[in-house]
Amino acid sequence: MAELTYRDAVARAIAQEMERDPDVVLLGEDVAKAGGVFKATVGLYEKFGPKRVRDTPISEQAFMGAAMGAAMTGLKPVVDLMFADFAAVCWDFFANEFPKSRYMTNGQVKVPLVIRLANGSARFGAQHCQSVENWCMMIPGLKVVVPSSPVDVVGLLAASIRDPDPVIFLEHKSLYAVKGEVPDGEIVDTLGTAKILRPGKDATILALALMVPRALAAAERLKAESGIDCEVIDVRSLLPLDTRTILESLSRTGHLFTVEENPRLCGWGAEVVSIVADEAFYDLDGPPVRITTPHIPLPPAELEDLLIPSVDRIVETVRRTLTA
Amino acid sequence: MDILMPQLGETVAEGTLSVWAKSVGDMVQPGDVLFEIETDKTSMEITATVAGKLVAIHVEKGKTVPVGTVVAVVAQDGETVSTTPPPAAPAPVAAPAVAPAPAPVAPPVARNPLNPVVTPAKNYGPARLSDGTNVSPLARRLASQGQVNLQQIKGTGPRGQILARDVEAAIAAGGSGQRTMAAGASAQSIIAQYANTPHEVVAVDTMRKTIARRLLESKQTVPHFYLSVPVLLDALNALRADANQAAVASGSDLKLSVTDFIIKALATAMARVPEANAVWAEDRILRFSQADIGVAVAIEGGLITPVLRNVDAKSLSAVSREMKSVVARARARKLQPAEYSGGSIAISNLGMYGVHEFSAIINPPQSAILAVGGASRVPVEAADGSVRFASQMMVTLSCDHRVIDGAVGAQLLSALKTAIENPVSLLI
Amino acid sequence: MSKKTAAIDIAEATRLEMYRSQYRLREAEQRAFDLFLQNLVKGTSHLSLGQEAIAAGFATAMQPGDLTFCTYRGHAHTLARGVSVEKVLGELMSRDNGLMRGKGGSMHLTSVEHGVMGSYAIIGAHLCIACGAAWRAQYQGKSDVTTCFFGDGTTNIGAFHEALNFAVIWKLPVVFVCENNLYMEYTPIKDVTAVAQPAADRASAYGLERILIDGNDADVVYQTAQKAYARARAGEGPSLIECLTYRHSGHSRADPAKYRPKGELEKWKESDPVKTYRARLLAQGIKASVLDEIERVVKAEVDAAEVACKASPLPPDEIMFTDVYADGGCAWRN
Repeated sequence: MAELTYRDAVARAIAQEMERDPDVVLLGEDVAKAGGVFKATVGLYEKFGPKRVRDTPISEQAFMGAAMGAAMTGLKPVVDLMFADFAAVCWDFFANEFPKSRYMTNGQVKVPLVIRLANGSARFGAQHCQSVENWCMMIPGLKVVVPSSPVDVVGLLAASIRDPDPVIFLEHKSLYAVKGEVPDGEIVDTLGTAKILRPGKDATILALALMVPRALAAAERLKAESGIDCEVIDVRSLLPLDTRTILESLSRTGHLFTVEENPRLCGWGAEVVSIVADEAFYDLDGPPVRITTPHIPLPPAELEDLLIPSVDRIVETVRRTLTA
Repeated sequence: MDILMPQLGETVAEGTLSVWAKSVGDMVQPGDVLFEIETDKTSMEITATVAGKLVAIHVEKGKTVPVGTVVAVVAQDGETVSTTPPPAAPAPVAAPAVAPAPAPVAPPVARNPLNPVVTPAKNYGPARLSDGTNVSPLARRLASQGQVNLQQIKGTGPRGQILARDVEAAIAAGGSGQRTMAAGASAQSIIAQYANTPHEVVAVDTMRKTIARRLLESKQTVPHFYLSVPVLLDALNALRADANQAAVASGSDLKLSVTDFIIKALATAMARVPEANAVWAEDRILRFSQADIGVAVAIEGGLITPVLRNVDAKSLSAVSREMKSVVARARARKLQPAEYSGGSIAISNLGMYGVHEFSAIINPPQSAILAVGGASRVPVEAADGSVRFASQMMVTLSCDHRVIDGAVGAQLLSALKTAIENPVSLLI
Repeated sequence: MSKKTAAIDIAEATRLEMYRSQYRLREAEQRAFDLFLQNLVKGTSHLSLGQEAIAAGFATAMQPGDLTFCTYRGHAHTLARGVSVEKVLGELMSRDNGLMRGKGGSMHLTSVEHGVMGSYAIIGAHLCIACGAAWRAQYQGKSDVTTCFFGDGTTNIGAFHEALNFAVIWKLPVVFVCENNLYMEYTPIKDVTAVAQPAADRASAYGLERILIDGNDADVVYQTAQKAYARARAGEGPSLIECLTYRHSGHSRADPAKYRPKGELEKWKESDPVKTYRARLLAQGIKASVLDEIERVVKAEVDAAEVACKASPLPPDEIMFTDVYADGGCAWRN
């Protein structure tokens, strides 16, 4: 057992998979000699050399395409896109190329690759701090994974690299420095599984990435201050979506809250609530409530803090809904 | 070979033949321009794909035809072709030589991709009770599954909403409604109040319990309103006397009562005003095409309301005979449950006790009850302005406003009055 | 333009093969158009009529295992790698016998077993993807070369420039082939491009040789391809080749190409690659009967393909819900 940061966990997972499979390669801007803009790939260049860990020019289309062409023909590329916002300059690959080739070719072409994005708030402003998980979730053919802890980063990134489908792996910038216990030895998790982090009987709170520690903190306060016992679920994977765990929890608690960092419209919680409204309506003992960032571009620095769902906002919303 | 109007683009449905480059009888080679077409998107020359003779032109220059229409026929060497234009342009839907889709096999996915979310098959009732109380979906399901009456539960949620915990509490308390307990005084306090008053304790039997529960529920949850109308009885009395006399003369034991006539008259009125022949079923209204009428019968220890079915289709004498049989069996407590359930409107006649006018409580799930008072002699103004005395009774209709609005109830009463005051129609 | 004379140093069998290939592409594309006129091709299609020498010349120069990436105008390149006419026409007609059982359609013809790694309908993307396929060969020490075909219009999109820079800095075994047919969709390429030759005049920006050839001369195409492939296999990096050609039909099936100046098509038809190549072979002493036999066999394949496609059913409904994910299905929740 070792204490690792979230960013160290990224490098550990990639190293674990590169050691296992010589076809695993890593490419992206500044990933090699510089160890990544967020220092999440430190040591990999030294360990695996320039053939397997490659710096690219600022040509997002070129290296997204290169990763795809390599994946189609036998390699297992891991691509570092740096800021998730940059997905917009190579969106063709996310929307048209990675996810549709298998379908259009009736299964002939396979695109087993992992695109790592540094997602979410970190006070850089409107073009460097968006939460783009909802952009990715709406595309059939992708898998979308969003870890919240170092141990999940290792297990889910390893599983993503081994997965035969294109996986969008959304790391949270503001979690890179967070530490957590990670067991020694090989770790491989299962994609498409949510995790109940805190059992509770009064309400189910769903969260992703940075919102997970906040939901957990809110649950502790709600218990201490109001006696409200919340179950907190780390959704972890948006595609595929573990609706079984979510619906099972709701059937016990009767109340659902989603904590979403993405701007409000078409956030993942909207899809969850839509499924719940349809499928679990008679499990609801109150309205499902979404706690999201407002539907505005994100300002930088301290202003950002006022907009991203906070522990206070989660506590207040849950309490108001359950006790009004 | 048939030359077709081609589809120039996925969204194009028809084309206009703008130019014919060849005439009937011309020899054509592959690549030769046959004609030119225009659509709202483009224009294009259409070339021959085979060598042969243009033997027919079915679509003249300037005409617009659907995609797929045969516009011309080219006869290849040795080919016999029909030059008759086809009867109608074939719709460009299915390609020829396509076998029907094979029988569907189980898809390799667990869910139907066209409907990956499964809606509950059962609906657990409305979100809002008749008194405006909101009930959470989970509370509705639990109440339905636990057979708890939501009307008797007091909600503890936001704005008085009934939540799952309220239903669970009611179930834990043996299904008794908290609301009843809260609204009324407890048994102990009542007994205490009358402790010094000599009294006898009468056990509450099943019938009494049922009456208490049902009528309390009705009075508390069914929004009643009342309509009264005087009805003249002289014509009915005269006809009834004649009929009964004729029956005696013929040796029949038939004896028509005023109630028999009123039952039959109500059936006639219900046929005239079908909107009133309906009951409230929480999330919907059930409207009937036959008149099933309940008749309140006082029996020892209480009352029961057997239902006469399909009265509008029965003769007055049949109704009379059925009444006698039902009343006898009711008093002997021999009615089957099926005989006193259902029905949409009931009649309660207290005229024989000298009651002039009263209003009755609806017997749920029926939607109305007609309270019939006794006859009395009253002065009435005749058509010529003179005053004479006539027999008249007051009838009062209690209506469930969820089903029967004021005007509908009034129309029903008006039709009833007409039928009783013109009783010959009841014999037909 | 380095218009070379007919190369007699190409083996006769190779030249006959290139004639067979060009004739086959012509016949198949023409048949596709005929089927469209019969309303049996419902989706869109972009024909390569007039551009056959490029597909035939390059494919003939390729070795087994070499990879082809092409655009939505990809019928010819797909057929040239040996995919059957029936599979291609079946796909165009959405039949169960189609190359992808109807799920891709005309714009996405793919046959991995023939090295045809896909036809791409978003301009520019596949140049980047081709880089990746070439990178894999380099990484794994394989000798295969990737060829990426695209139109003149592609040279003005960012991905073209990103891919060229990328391929050069990584010295990838990839050959970029610009089929300059003078029109980007409906607009003359010269009206929207900073340089006269949209691909060749950009080569120097990436340190590449300026290569501009007669794309209607299969021999020239073949010899140019051979040189580029040798360079790639020798680890010397990518090539960019601009082939001048002309599209005999419109951009897509719904385009009558009225924007072309009068006489332009007729002028280009004088250098129709199929007709001129046949004439050249006859002049080189090949017997007409040999060519006639080639044509007969090709025609028989195309005729049989048409019959087979018309007889094939539509694919079963279930096929629409397969192969979204690697588990074979389309489930997005448990």
